Amino acid sequence: MALIELRGVSKIYRVGEEEIRALDNVDLDIQEGEFISIIGPSGSGKSTLMHILGCLDSPTHGTIQLDGTMIQNATAVQLAGIRNRKIGFVFQFFNLLPKLNVLQNVELPMVYAGVATRERRDHAMKALKLVELENRSRHRPLQLSGGQQQRVAIARALVNNPKIIFADEPTGNLDSHTGEAILELFHRLSQEGRTIALVTHDPEIAAVTPRRIEIRDGKIARQVDAKLAGLDRIRPAAPAVPPAQ
Amino acid sequence: MNLWLTIEIGFKEIWAHKFRSLLTMLGIILGVSSLVAMSALVKGMENGMREALIAIGGLERVMVEAQPVPMEQKHLADQAVGVTMNDVYALNSSAPSVRLITPGMGLSRVTVARHGKTFNPFICLGTWRSALEMSQHVIAHGRMFNEIDEEQARNVCVIGTATRDALFGDPEETGREVIPLGEHITINGQVFTIIGMFQHYESEQSRKEREFMKTQPKQVKTGPARSRGWGGRGRGGGFVFWLKNATIYMPLNTMWIKFRSASGTNNVPDVRLSTLSFKIKDIEQMEPTLQQARNVLMNTHKGIEDFFFRTQEEWAQNITTSIRNARLSGGIIAAISLIVGGIGIMNIMFASITERIREIGLRKAIGATTFAIFVQILVESVVIAILGGLAGLLTSYGLVRILVLVSPTENSPQITLSAMGVAFIFSVAVGMLAGLLPAVKAAKLDPIEALRYE
Ligand SMILES: Nc1ncnc2c1ncn2[C@@H]1O[C@H](COP(=O)(O)OP(=O)(O)O)[C@@H](O)[C@H]1O
Ligand SMILES: [Mg+2]
Repeated sequence: MALIELRGVSKIYRVGEEEIRALDNVDLDIQEGEFISIIGPSGSGKSTLMHILGCLDSPTHGTIQLDGTMIQNATAVQLAGIRNRKIGFVFQFFNLLPKLNVLQNVELPMVYAGVATRERRDHAMKALKLVELENRSRHRPLQLSGGQQQRVAIARALVNNPKIIFADEPTGNLDSHTGEAILELFHRLSQEGRTIALVTHDPEIAAVTPRRIEIRDGKIARQVDAKLAGLDRIRPAAPAVPPAQ
Repeated sequence: MNLWLTIEIGFKEIWAHKFRSLLTMLGIILGVSSLVAMSALVKGMENGMREALIAIGGLERVMVEAQPVPMEQKHLADQAVGVTMNDVYALNSSAPSVRLITPGMGLSRVTVARHGKTFNPFICLGTWRSALEMSQHVIAHGRMFNEIDEEQARNVCVIGTATRDALFGDPEETGREVIPLGEHITINGQVFTIIGMFQHYESEQSRKEREFMKTQPKQVKTGPARSRGWGGRGRGGGFVFWLKNATIYMPLNTMWIKFRSASGTNNVPDVRLSTLSFKIKDIEQMEPTLQQARNVLMNTHKGIEDFFFRTQEEWAQNITTSIRNARLSGGIIAAISLIVGGIGIMNIMFASITERIREIGLRKAIGATTFAIFVQILVESVVIAILGGLAGLLTSYGLVRILVLVSPTENSPQITLSAMGVAFIFSVAVGMLAGLLPAVKAAKLDPIEALRYE
């Protein structure tokens, strides 16, 4: 059984008389340990898909199974728990809380998980070590560069050891050099066995992931899986990637 | 969800907007401090009045007073005798539910003098020994007049400290207490011997104050000593206490023979009493006892109702009513300012969640439940209210100290613990109510919309 299974998922927005099909009958499986990108032009429905995958939003039609749970049957409190423990989000605008320091920002998901203070500190420091920011734990987010802030956000997404990490245009707000460093970080995390889904409109970024899902007008237009196809379309500038099989 | 952390976040949020939060708290501070100060004022009033009530003889004291003959008995007016000693004897023998029957014959426009110094006592009464208990007098020096003094109509008197102060010198000023036993004074020209002196009466508060002043180094007085007017001793304000200090008692017979005979038109001394008081044995039996006394007196007055009973109950009732009114109006003012404070908090909480829509969206995305968000916003507003409440309690303490300085000593405002508790609980409740709507709004935010919010 896949980690996530979407079956016939549609998301329909009604704006006045008009009906917008942000997602239109999508079937999608994501396996544990996969590193995938969801790519498509602006307005194609990528974010909508990510929100539904991440249990932030519910589909108009269709079913979702995540790690053995049927999401459409879950209560709001259960969904909050699933987001808390099984899912990590990374956003384009970092979304760090400016009044908390770096460590407290990283601790936040554990606060809602009810983790004890000491343990929280230890885990948060470990997560910060993973993103190489352990010496900035007392800084305020606004005292850090954009790239560093995004790494803090990634540490926060990692800290509860989620089943999958969703990143919505994580490099969209960074210069290309910093963006590459972030992609490198995701790559490293993927190699360590984490499941990661990158949402982007940029084919160059999508190129770092072995599996790519192209979305157009709310439909999956094309899927490329380098592993299955035996193809290796990783661009040369990208960090070393293990050869396919 | 960790409540302590929520509270900590609340504090941080407030600290991050120090000035704004202070302004918000101001309403609560005003509300709490005015509530506590109001109740302290009322408590002071209550203390003063209660002390005064006890000082004049308590609730069980009843006074028989003369009144004009009622309309329907006007034709009998020339037979009306007024309140006389006959009433005293009749009550004594026929009204078992009353005790301590005390007649009094007053003298108006009294001047006492000695060595060129004069004084006008407020009360100069010929009476019986029982007047001591009736009016809660305590003889501090010497003795009260006895039956022999009474029988022989001796020119002896018992004075209060006000008379002593005026004729022999105020110990506060001379630094030496004169006890004028055996001294002679004239009362409206007749020579009397002082055989006793009452203790100095004052309210609890002014006694404390005086004792405190004693421990302070004496201030050197400059300039002429100023008259402190009608109140006699400037400190120790209470009228009732001053009235008791400015009292002179003499035997009833002395008053009757020495003073009344002179005023009687046909050389028969006026037999009418100016006061007749008694106490009710059982305060619970107020009404039946008064009925009994009334029946007895109706007999001696030949059915003419030229008297009535004045009880302290009316006065006590007035006190209770005025205290209740003061409490009510004070409470309303304080409640209004607390409500205004609450609206201020609600306003700021709405502004605060609008500012933090993205934060709320993010919190939900990483696993905060609706309830956790609700609690967070509620805690913030309650924390503001609690801080405001505590600051209000501090303010009220200062405020009451100022009020103590400006208010008369016997009504000195007194902070009560219960008022502080009520004010504090009230402010917390206001904070909770004020946070409710914003908290619901924040909790209901759609995380996706919130994250997209710019
Ligand atoms: N709340 C909404 N109400 C109406 N239309 C929406 C709403 N959210 C998204 N859409 C529409 O759904 C489509 C997909 O949006 P989105 O998933 O954000 O695209 P992407 O992330 O690929 O740019 C867009 O046409 C967008 O206008
Ligand atoms: Mg998008």
